[in-house]
Amino acid sequence: MSVGDYIRGSQIWKSIFRHPAPYDRRNRVVVMLTNFFLHLHPVSVKQQGIALSYTWCMGGITFFLFLVEAITGVLLMFYYRPTLEWAYQDILALRDVTTLGIMREIHRWGAHAMVITVWLHMYRVFLTGSYKPPREFNWVVGVLLLVLTLLLSFTGYLLPWDQLAIWAITVGSNMARATPVLGHEGPGFQLLNLGGYDLITSGSDARFLLLGSRFVGEETLNRFYILHCVAIPLAAAGLIAIHFWRIRKDGGISQPL
Amino acid sequence: MNVDPFIDPHPNLTPAVLQGLGWLYLVLCAMNLWWTIRVYREDKHVMVPVLNIELPRATFWALYTSALMIVGFMHVSWTNEDYIDRFPLVLEPGGPFQTTIDFVVANPVTYFVISITGTIAVLLFRKFLVKPTVGWILLNAAVLFQALSMTDYDFRQIVGKPDNVPIVALLYLVGGFTWLYFYKAVENDRRLAEWDGEGPVPVLENDENEKVLVWPDLVYSELICMIAITTLLIVWGIVLEAPLEEPASSAKTPNPSKAPWYFLGLQEMLVYYDPWLAGVVFPTMILGGLMAIPYIDFNRIGNGYYVFRQRAFSIITFLVGFITLWVAMIILGTFLRGPNWNIFGIYEYWDVHKLEALNNVMLSELFYLDWFGQFLDMPSYGNDDPLGKQVSMILLRELPGFAVIGIYFVALPPLLAMTCLRTFYQRMGYLRFMVFTQLLLWMAALPLKMVLRWALNLKYLVNIPEYFFNI
Ligand code: HEM
Repeated sequence: MSVGDYIRGSQIWKSIFRHPAPYDRRNRVVVMLTNFFLHLHPVSVKQQGIALSYTWCMGGITFFLFLVEAITGVLLMFYYRPTLEWAYQDILALRDVTTLGIMREIHRWGAHAMVITVWLHMYRVFLTGSYKPPREFNWVVGVLLLVLTLLLSFTGYLLPWDQLAIWAITVGSNMARATPVLGHEGPGFQLLNLGGYDLITSGSDARFLLLGSRFVGEETLNRFYILHCVAIPLAAAGLIAIHFWRIRKDGGISQPL
Repeated sequence: MNVDPFIDPHPNLTPAVLQGLGWLYLVLCAMNLWWTIRVYREDKHVMVPVLNIELPRATFWALYTSALMIVGFMHVSWTNEDYIDRFPLVLEPGGPFQTTIDFVVANPVTYFVISITGTIAVLLFRKFLVKPTVGWILLNAAVLFQALSMTDYDFRQIVGKPDNVPIVALLYLVGGFTWLYFYKAVENDRRLAEWDGEGPVPVLENDENEKVLVWPDLVYSELICMIAITTLLIVWGIVLEAPLEEPASSAKTPNPSKAPWYFLGLQEMLVYYDPWLAGVVFPTMILGGLMAIPYIDFNRIGNGYYVFRQRAFSIITFLVGFITLWVAMIILGTFLRGPNWNIFGIYEYWDVHKLEALNNVMLSELFYLDWFGQFLDMPSYGNDDPLGKQVSMILLRELPGFAVIGIYFVALPPLLAMTCLRTFYQRMGYLRFMVFTQLLLWMAALPLKMVLRWALNLKYLVNIPEYFFNI
């Protein structure tokens, strides 16, 4: 008996996988049904639905990049402190002295890549007409995921707290002060006033809500940190679950009739 | 540190650049080796006109591949710093090639015209472009163009910025996948044209479409894909260090200050529209419009395969939106916008002092001063006038602008419903048609404003700075 067979025959192995290795047809079916991770998939699919030249694998790659970002992100969180005093120093140390400082590179390039793959995924879903009934709603879920992906990237951009970071966020968030009615430089902000006093000022408008301050400062760093590490990832994970569930319920990957 | 006064601080060529390019040429050479073998296996021949002999097609690719190999090795072996100036450059810095390219791209008008005609040309000549040989030649041309351009210092400064590298990748990916789409769509169009309507749709996606087990067919490709992506990220992380600039300082504004690259399309819009539109209303419309697509596209066919003719309108609209109005704007914002948001050529030095004349006018000025100045006075008011008078004067002043916008958004949809979009209206019904035309008009609003700016120097159609309301 080979070592492999011994391990696969052991009680521990069987307790985890509950069935023999997927060498024959029966067990290849069973593995898909009994494994938590694999049960995302159906047991069998049409060949074209998984052809690389059809799906471009872009949704799958986006999901994988999301996982990579979660893992590298947690590792970075062990090191990084979101305060004016430490944020930049910690990133500097990640670059110069920290073992596995390359996690920052992987996290950053992974984030760029995810933005690209999510666009390409949308592009292919459009070009194959897969948003058409019965998949309309999953397309809407997808657009929400696209927004969350961009927001994840945007909030993360601030965390290194260097010139690149704060000015990019300043340019981006300056738009919020021009929100109609709710931004203090937006059209119609004068509409919200009580007895001649403006309710919308630089200390109470949409931009202030976003930044937690009148300019990009310590409160912003804290706000973006929590959005980036907790709030948006959780929302995205939830929506991805719905997205995947809907793919199955809507009849799997779209097929020509 | 000793600085040698004779060393050019902005060298076009350095040993590292030559090394890098050498490897790039060698990779291209390997790719073409594969291609040459492929062509050789096809065993096709061509007549050479003057010599009157018949040669295998692969001969030409073999010659090209060998040339790439020689060029590649020459780059890799040219490591002597002292002789760097003697490297036989193909692209003369500031030569006619560079000046022409810069002249064309460093101008929003020509840039936009090229991106829109490019999109139209791709649509019109799709049958020609999807021939594998044509696709391969285009890919080679793109890589060669980039490789040659890398010998320019200023080009390297923007393209080589670590955060800009993904955008270069985006260009190749969008180009490649668009090609793949048309490749399949053209074939499916042809098949559908010959189809008699019997049985399953005869598209590529229905050839060999048996059910297979997910284990092993799918899980193994997923595994390979995950390994490939992981490797790519690790190599990318080793080769390119993530950028870290000076510590943040709210006192030192960088020039230009750019939003993250994926928002540069919106930042570019700021040139034409105020922040409340470019930064708030347009993004909302874009996202709302994307979500509305499945509900306004009433065409039920063309689901589950790549096709063009059956869905021409929706495909063209999406291509224009995604390629011309989004990706091309990001390229413009990233590579061509420099200090003071001026536009620069790809080989041009980012000069902070470059001046661009701005003499933009308002529609009210054009209307009351230029066009009808003889008959009308510009409505005006004093600060002491009662509010009612101020408001009515402002409204009167901006009447031309409101009229234009009113016609555009209110009168145009019914007009379209009666004329060129008649069948659309009949099939969509009132509500769906209205949502659809509004979204379409918003999408067209950006290029239209661009044209107005270039043709009339028009800054705002409606200009009410008193209430931050400018359109
Ligand atoms: C975090 C972002 C996203 C993830 C992780 C994700 C993941 C996936 C995956 C794995 C698939 C299976 C097929 C494939 O890989 O192509 C899929 C299908 C699909 N996705 Fe996404 N997606 C995301 C964003 C989007 C976006 C932005 C859209 C559209 C706006 C979208 C719309 C759809 C639709 C309609 C399908 C079904 C396609 C079909 O049946 O052919 N998704 N998604």
